Amino acid sequence: MRYLPKSPADRAAMLKAIGIHSVDDLFSPIPAEYRLTRDLDIPRQMAESEIVDWFKQRAKENGEGYTSFLGAGAYSHYRPVVIDALVQRGEFLTSYTPYQAEFAQGTLQAIFEFQTMISELTGMDLANASMYDGSTGAAEAVMMAVRITGRHSAAIARNLHPEYREVLNTYATHQAIPLKTVSFTDSGQIDLKELEKAVGDDTACVLIQSPNFFGTIEDVEAIAGIAHKRGALLVVSIAEAVSLGIVEPPRTADIVAMEAQSFGVPLGFGGPYCGVLATKEKFVRQMPGRLAGQTVDKNGKRGFVLTLATREQHIRREKATSNICTNQALVALMVNIFMTVYGKIGLRELAKQNLAKAAYAADQFSKHAEVLFAGAPRFNEFVVETSEDPYAINSRLLGHKIVGGFPLKKFYPELGHAALWCCTELTTRSMIDTAVGLVAESERSVRSMKDAEPEEVAR
Amino acid sequence: MKHMTRKATRHISQNEGLIFEKSSPGKAAWKLPPLDVPEVDTAKLLGKQERKDLGDMPEVSEIEIIRHFTRLSTWNYAIDLGMYPLGSCTMKYNPRVNEFVARVEGLANGHPYQAEKISQGALRIMKTLSDCLLEITGMDAITLQPAAGAHGELTGMLMVRAYHQSKGNARKKILIPDSAHGTNPATAATVGYAVENLKSNDCGMVDVAALAAQMNEDVAALMVTNPNTLGVFEQEIHKIAELMHAKGGLLYMDGANMNALVAKARPGDFGADVMHLNLHKTFSTPHGGGGPGSGPVAVKKILAPFLPTPVVVTKADGTLGFEYNRPQSVGRVRAFYGNFGMFIRALAYIFANGPDGLRQTTEDAVLNANYIRKGLEGVYDLPYSTPSMHEVVFSDKLQSKKGVKTMDLAKRLIDYGFHPYTTAFPLIVAGALMIEPTESEPKEELDLFIEAMKSIAEEVEEDPQFVLDAPHNTRISRLDETAAARKPVLRWKPEP
Repeated sequence: MRYLPKSPADRAAMLKAIGIHSVDDLFSPIPAEYRLTRDLDIPRQMAESEIVDWFKQRAKENGEGYTSFLGAGAYSHYRPVVIDALVQRGEFLTSYTPYQAEFAQGTLQAIFEFQTMISELTGMDLANASMYDGSTGAAEAVMMAVRITGRHSAAIARNLHPEYREVLNTYATHQAIPLKTVSFTDSGQIDLKELEKAVGDDTACVLIQSPNFFGTIEDVEAIAGIAHKRGALLVVSIAEAVSLGIVEPPRTADIVAMEAQSFGVPLGFGGPYCGVLATKEKFVRQMPGRLAGQTVDKNGKRGFVLTLATREQHIRREKATSNICTNQALVALMVNIFMTVYGKIGLRELAKQNLAKAAYAADQFSKHAEVLFAGAPRFNEFVVETSEDPYAINSRLLGHKIVGGFPLKKFYPELGHAALWCCTELTTRSMIDTAVGLVAESERSVRSMKDAEPEEVAR
Repeated sequence: MKHMTRKATRHISQNEGLIFEKSSPGKAAWKLPPLDVPEVDTAKLLGKQERKDLGDMPEVSEIEIIRHFTRLSTWNYAIDLGMYPLGSCTMKYNPRVNEFVARVEGLANGHPYQAEKISQGALRIMKTLSDCLLEITGMDAITLQPAAGAHGELTGMLMVRAYHQSKGNARKKILIPDSAHGTNPATAATVGYAVENLKSNDCGMVDVAALAAQMNEDVAALMVTNPNTLGVFEQEIHKIAELMHAKGGLLYMDGANMNALVAKARPGDFGADVMHLNLHKTFSTPHGGGGPGSGPVAVKKILAPFLPTPVVVTKADGTLGFEYNRPQSVGRVRAFYGNFGMFIRALAYIFANGPDGLRQTTEDAVLNANYIRKGLEGVYDLPYSTPSMHEVVFSDKLQSKKGVKTMDLAKRLIDYGFHPYTTAFPLIVAGALMIEPTESEPKEELDLFIEAMKSIAEEVEEDPQFVLDAPHNTRISRLDETAAARKPVLRWKPEP
């Protein structure tokens, strides 16, 4: 076995040193009836070349070479090659959580820089070293708000990512946190009047997403006003991190729960991604997750350590702020390098390109189909309603090697023929024109069919 | 220097400031292609929502970024540099082919919402990994969705709760041995259960008589790590399972130490009802400075209806798909399907090993731990003489007579070119030194480690203060953690 660094002679020498004859003696604590005496029924040992071939075959079955207009919480942005060049350095890739600070300053300083940039971008005072992803981060933020306020319910925007809502439901059920769902208006934004009614004296927080699941940007200040008036906190979830380059961050929020996948993390069929929590300084001791802090060594030299560990499970056990232990460190490093590459000016220019592409695409689509929620500003996603079921359209687009927008019916039955389309800096004008052309064609054919059957229309 | 071994030597290490200290206006590491659609008026599109300024974000060039992160990386210790004997963390070799296949186009770029028709490759990977893990654990059904071990625990305990609820009573508490990882009690609390501590016996194992006395119909489950955190196999595990089952309780096995059992014994055979695996421990996916992990949860048939949605199923036409309609499911624990990139790596590892390789791996891991135990017995106090599996726990009892504690010994070990072992855990051993070499260490590295530990023990006798002041050879000396926690500085700010 090529990963095992011992010769038979080494093993024999070690057994002799221990004073036993066979390695089986070391397994004698396992009762004999539970010892496995056969080979596991799994594929045989493979050569590296066979492994590579197997996975390349799987990649071929996995939609290689398609043009995609999918976003909906997972975004396709260009990943500068320096990211993988650096995160594959063994000193980052194969090191552990930096508990032994003297021997892990590289990871610790990188986390400190990550925390700084996330704070800066989100408009918060501080950020943690990462959470699993945007969905669990949002759920942890709600539980954090419950701890801070001592209140027990939460108001959740219906235009928050539906899978984030599902995860929150799972977490909240056993924490006895009732969730009130607040609907959206014709602009796609949260219904402020309904929100006003939903927030009461036992509301720990309002949880919204901006840009929301439909791609429209929420009036965070107005929502914060409603929440704060009743003593509730505002938690803002951000699924498309690139928006922060051009969209004002939610400075009036109390907690920002972000999915940073857009910052240099591969789509990877849904993970690993990089959740982050950012918050106000006064709430830091209720925040879950690891934190790197600056300090000095015995000689007064600057260094970094994991700090405020008394919040965490390995110290506090059942009284910890969360059970989280392993986080997404290496993915956070990808995010970190991405933020460093684009920086102060590049992130804004990148976001501007996303804005321009989506604006162009929405404009083109609107000539042939209905673009919903046009009354509010949006970033790089928009909702297109067609005459035909978007699943049917998408299935035709697949034939042209195009993956169409995300059909919303599954989560929003009332938006039966609507789909969520996304454009990023990687979406070219010709891709947009081709997709719009195909959708226009299908719209025309549905319309002409309808014209031919006037009774259908009348019904 | 005092005693030193052949492992480490002094070496130039570059100084490097924070990236923000290198920033100056006009430098850039990015270049966008020309915009092929009309420019937009951002003020018109966004109004008051337009962001004008990104504050203190850095402006640096590409070479500075490469040097910055490369220099930082050289301040880290890593498995690639040498033995990383962190007990319970299982710092084994992370094969490079895993990284390679995870980056194959088509897998790395797959969107989680692309149609199942063009996701068959990803689904096949999930199905194949699931099948392998079920065979390895001896369980019946599995979810790959949890993002890490603790997240797997949460998922498992949610299923325990849902199971009891389906019987009409969710029950009130979870029994947890005093040797358990901190995540266990934290998880039980998150799911709304009270935690009841279970004392270990003189051998460091679950006290079966105490368990019999504590077990009743209020107890939903026992969470047990096997081998436990002392590296000891719970020899009466089948009795423990019987005791739990007799009163309608479930046995949760924390699979953090599954690397001691793979291909040698299967939890499903000895009575576990639900367990999580840590793909970043047992199945070689990298720790990456703290994550990402992946924590699949495997269960017996009785718990299968409660698995999170969706689950991967084979459809009538032979293709694979996701099944969402599972009325008894605990729901979702994460968006999308889990840390898919880790599934690829873990499966590549299983392929590289095969049944024979996995068995040899487990045997070598246990052999290495016992070789260290033999080498250091008598030099360090061994609080439990019960046989060790994949890790061995010593204590600082002998050295603390000179005022030197486990953390001090650990810091001195850094000077010898080794990462410290796990300190002060498990809690049932005062001043614990928890050592797990894994199968990845050659005999020479183990000999150097034993030599280093012996040398440190001698230093404690001759000059304890020298050990207390360690590390001596690192870029920075011991850091003031108290100051860091008292007045937290958690981000950089420009000089006023």
